[in-house]
Amino acid sequence: MQYEAPESVEAAVRLLSGGGPRGRVLAGGTDLLVQLRAGVITPQLVVDIKRIRESREIREEDGMLVVGAAVTGAELGEHARAKSMWPGVVESAELIGSTQIQGRASLGGNLCNASPAADTVPALVAAAAECRVAGPNGMRRVPVEDVCTGPGQLSLGDGEFIVAFELAAPPPGSADAYLRFIPRTEMDIAVVGAGVNLSLDESGRCTAARVALGAVAPTVILAEEAGAALVGTECDDSAMEAMVAAVRAACRPIDDKRGTAEYRTKVAGVLATRAARIAATRAREAR
Amino acid sequence: MAAQNGGTTNGGTRWIGTRPVRPDGVDKVTGRARFGADLHLPNMLVGKVLRSPHAHARIRSIDTSAALALPGVKAIVTRDDFDDLPSEFVPAGEMLINYRDVVRNVMAREKALFEGHPLAAVAATSEKVAKEALDLIRVDYEVLPHVLDIDEAIAPDAPLLHEDMITAGVEPPPSAPSNVAKVVEFAHGDVEAGFAEADVVVEREFSTQPVHQGYIEPHSCVASFAEDGQAELWCTTQGHFVVRGHCAKLLGMEVSKLRVTASEIGGGFGGKTVVYLEPLALALSRKSGHPVKMTMSREEVFRASGPAPGTWARVRVGVTKDGRITAGEAELKYQAGAFQGSPVQPGCMCAFAPYDLEHVKVTGYDVVVNRPKVAAYRAPGAPQSEYAVESIIDELAKRIGMDPVELRLKNAAREGTRAAYGPTFGPIGLVETLEAARSHEHYRAPLAPGRGRGVASGFWFNIGGETCATLNLGEDGTIALVAGTPDIGGSRAALCLQTAEALGVDVEKIRPLIGDTSTLGYTFLTGGSRTAFASGLAVIEASKDMIGQLCERAAKIWNIPVDAVEWADGEARPAGANAGEFDPLTLADLAGVAGKTGGPIVGRAQINAQGAGPSFGTHLVDVDVDRETGRVTIERYTVIQDAGKAVHPSYVEGQLQGGAVQGIGWALNEEYVYDEYGRLQNPGFLDYRIPVCSDVPMIDTVIVEVANPTHPYGVRGVGETPIVPPMAAIANAVEGALGIRFTDLPMSPPRVLKALEEAHIPEAAD
Ligand SMILES: Cc1cc2nc3c(=O)[nH]c(=O)nc-3n(C[C@H](O)[C@H](O)[C@H](O)COP(=O)(O)OP(=O)(O)OC[C@H]3O[C@@H](n4cnc5c(N)ncnc54)[C@H](O)[C@@H]3O)c2cc1C
Repeated sequence: MQYEAPESVEAAVRLLSGGGPRGRVLAGGTDLLVQLRAGVITPQLVVDIKRIRESREIREEDGMLVVGAAVTGAELGEHARAKSMWPGVVESAELIGSTQIQGRASLGGNLCNASPAADTVPALVAAAAECRVAGPNGMRRVPVEDVCTGPGQLSLGDGEFIVAFELAAPPPGSADAYLRFIPRTEMDIAVVGAGVNLSLDESGRCTAARVALGAVAPTVILAEEAGAALVGTECDDSAMEAMVAAVRAACRPIDDKRGTAEYRTKVAGVLATRAARIAATRAREAR
Repeated sequence: MAAQNGGTTNGGTRWIGTRPVRPDGVDKVTGRARFGADLHLPNMLVGKVLRSPHAHARIRSIDTSAALALPGVKAIVTRDDFDDLPSEFVPAGEMLINYRDVVRNVMAREKALFEGHPLAAVAATSEKVAKEALDLIRVDYEVLPHVLDIDEAIAPDAPLLHEDMITAGVEPPPSAPSNVAKVVEFAHGDVEAGFAEADVVVEREFSTQPVHQGYIEPHSCVASFAEDGQAELWCTTQGHFVVRGHCAKLLGMEVSKLRVTASEIGGGFGGKTVVYLEPLALALSRKSGHPVKMTMSREEVFRASGPAPGTWARVRVGVTKDGRITAGEAELKYQAGAFQGSPVQPGCMCAFAPYDLEHVKVTGYDVVVNRPKVAAYRAPGAPQSEYAVESIIDELAKRIGMDPVELRLKNAAREGTRAAYGPTFGPIGLVETLEAARSHEHYRAPLAPGRGRGVASGFWFNIGGETCATLNLGEDGTIALVAGTPDIGGSRAALCLQTAEALGVDVEKIRPLIGDTSTLGYTFLTGGSRTAFASGLAVIEASKDMIGQLCERAAKIWNIPVDAVEWADGEARPAGANAGEFDPLTLADLAGVAGKTGGPIVGRAQINAQGAGPSFGTHLVDVDVDRETGRVTIERYTVIQDAGKAVHPSYVEGQLQGGAVQGIGWALNEEYVYDEYGRLQNPGFLDYRIPVCSDVPMIDTVIVEVANPTHPYGVRGVGETPIVPPMAAIANAVEGALGIRFTDLPMSPPRVLKALEEAHIPEAAD
């Protein structure tokens, strides 16, 4: 196995798209190394992106938050500005694993491991985050919800990798929140995850809302009807009920060792409601 | 490093009851301690096991030729390398095993009986080569239908695991074979007459899932056979003498040719009282001429090492309005796994043990299923049956409007009670634990709305058994203590304290170690909560032996009769007519001149410890339930248990806390998930959910001390009883919170949510 740690985006793209064996990107390695040791994958080339500045830093560009794909959960959690702009995204990243895992796990790795239960993905989708994807043909921008096409499957082309995530400056009166359900309190995989991002006008009426769900379909899903059910309301109980109905209608889960389809569908509604309440409270406080 | 509490007196004892730093502590926190996988020998090979992918299959043939031809492969063993053994039951910990089954459990013979059953083992120069070799072994299977659960296994047309198994314990014996290995019954009085006296009778059915012991260290060993037929084995085990016996039997060796050393052990809880890899590693070493190391992956631990049995129970208990339990009846069915020998017998014996009952009847069934053979797990058999009974006791208390602690107190077994399983109890501490529970602040604290509080009691026998110990006096007066019971819960500290007390010397002067099988006489394993008690008695005996020798030496030096010398506070003093005639001689004084007064001084003991006092406990727990997700949170937990005498209270508390935490996992989340082919879907800690630290509150403990009269300091075993009450205590608390009684474990979020919804359906219809 060949290990490379390039220091620029271009060098990484060259390695990943070179004629040699298909390479795997290494960020924190909390998925990759586990799979390597278990013999699930046997890559011939591993390209570590942690020496590439753009993928390791958190910056503000024209009010927009740009988070490097290999920034760790702990780093994001300590970033006051990130926390105040996108509290839901940050809390989703901080949920990953434990203190030890937090020192390594990244947003890019969480997304590109392509698990339907990845914690940060519903939060990123709800936040309408976009990926900066570098590849042989230069840089392109891809909405987070378009990156995974199925469990373990990505839409990224040969030689492409995610350099960073873009999170727009939230409009006034906006906030996001993420909740997941696990039977334990940590060190577990989401049975259901729900990310909600919404905006309230001065009268407290919802002007925009995005609801994204994890672990209830082969990929994280954006439940557009669920968001729409909140828009124009004051996020009161009846609006929440309509949202829950839309959430449950959008769920297409399976029965597996982590939960039954029936259970997941029910709890998705519960979590979406709770996350929406938290987001609404934050949005009111943000005004 | 001085003992923190050293020198203080504590209820007439100087060392017993103090909390010095444990002698093995520094090595454990620095990583220096050597566990099973930490031994490396020159020219060592790596051994790997090929395991059955089928839950039940006849093995037509095994072809190892291609694997043997792989460069780097040094030996392969299969069923052909082990002689068949006749049926012979021997005790293993608190369970019985049969050598005919053990030889088949370590290596499948006629059939693979569970997914993960070993079929072949390979020794190779590297793990990579060994794994490649496994892929080259060809096994021809005839896949058979399998049974995983009791209902399936006892169905009339069920596939049979053992075509010749005729149920034992039934008269006349059945003519046809079945998956029921045996039926046992414990009864006294006349239960129907008892039920006739009752005002309220409750009968319910319960089920529990198999649960793994969950020790953090996987099974691991290194075997090394020499050309002259002598062998050494290093392994992580609760009992190296027992391992020696089993391995010698399976390999056709004399026990004295096999020296077994117990490594430090990273948890066992009963699961390391049996052999899995050890005979395979020895066979591979004998065949290859190299040392062979074998270590299970976590996945292998789950697929192939013993859980505690999944069980089914039907329990019926009657009570009068004023709270007298008139009769108890139970029918228990326990999964044994692939081979007979579930702990259904102790399950039956313990079911009603906390109560003074005139009329009892308990019937138990030992049922084989296509799962790994069960192994001991803390108080084997007791948690399942006592969960059922303690749930019903709670329900009865509610039905007659009596406080559940009060109802237990009214019926509690005490000194002189004839135990439900036969014998008459000596001094026991159930009443004391219940009284402590009743007066505990936890029991009276107001409950937040929506929460529930549960209480349950539990019992375990505890055992003694064959035990040796040696105290080697060094020339400077320090002592090397050699025990034969692997230290799994702080027992070295407990043995040093008992020795210090008996000899009257500073505990820091005693350095303990666990001797290998050639350094001591046969010593039974660490199990049955016996170590602090039985090895404790042995070191006290060895201390007396040493004191006798020390007094003789002093008598010689002073030239007075030996009975004119007394031993007090760690020194020999002239006594009687000679009192004050000579300056006392300390241990160090006598050790320094031992060479001139008769030679080395060694205290020894070889005993068969009798009179282990049973231990009772009572647990209190508060839970909160998320009504929308079904998640149960443990908000507060208090364990109250009789320790007889807590030698080192920190390690008693640790046992109580650990048992409660394991019980919390058992009650709330732990279960094996199989697919339709009988393949385990969750062989890892990610999806087999033992609690993590943040899942549990700090577990409070109260140690009650009702002395065990057969031990000089009153010690009883404490390690097992704490896993008995949690399941019922938590179920009772959940019932308190929701008004719903859960009779099937685990009370996992999906199950709780479903039950909540079902409970609300009638309400909605109103
Ligand atoms: C003990 C433990 C607990 C965990 N708990 C959680 C949890 O609670 N919630 C959760 O969601 N996950 C959890 N995980 C999974 C894992 O930690 C997360 O998915 C984490 O975010 C992965 O990030 P990483 O940087 O370590 O990724 P890596 O392991 O480095 O990479 C993961 C995958 O993504 C690819 N990849 C990485 N970065 C990029 C990139 N920039 N562009 C393209 N491809 C890329 C890699 O090639 C690999 O296939 C846990 C893992 C462990 C070991």
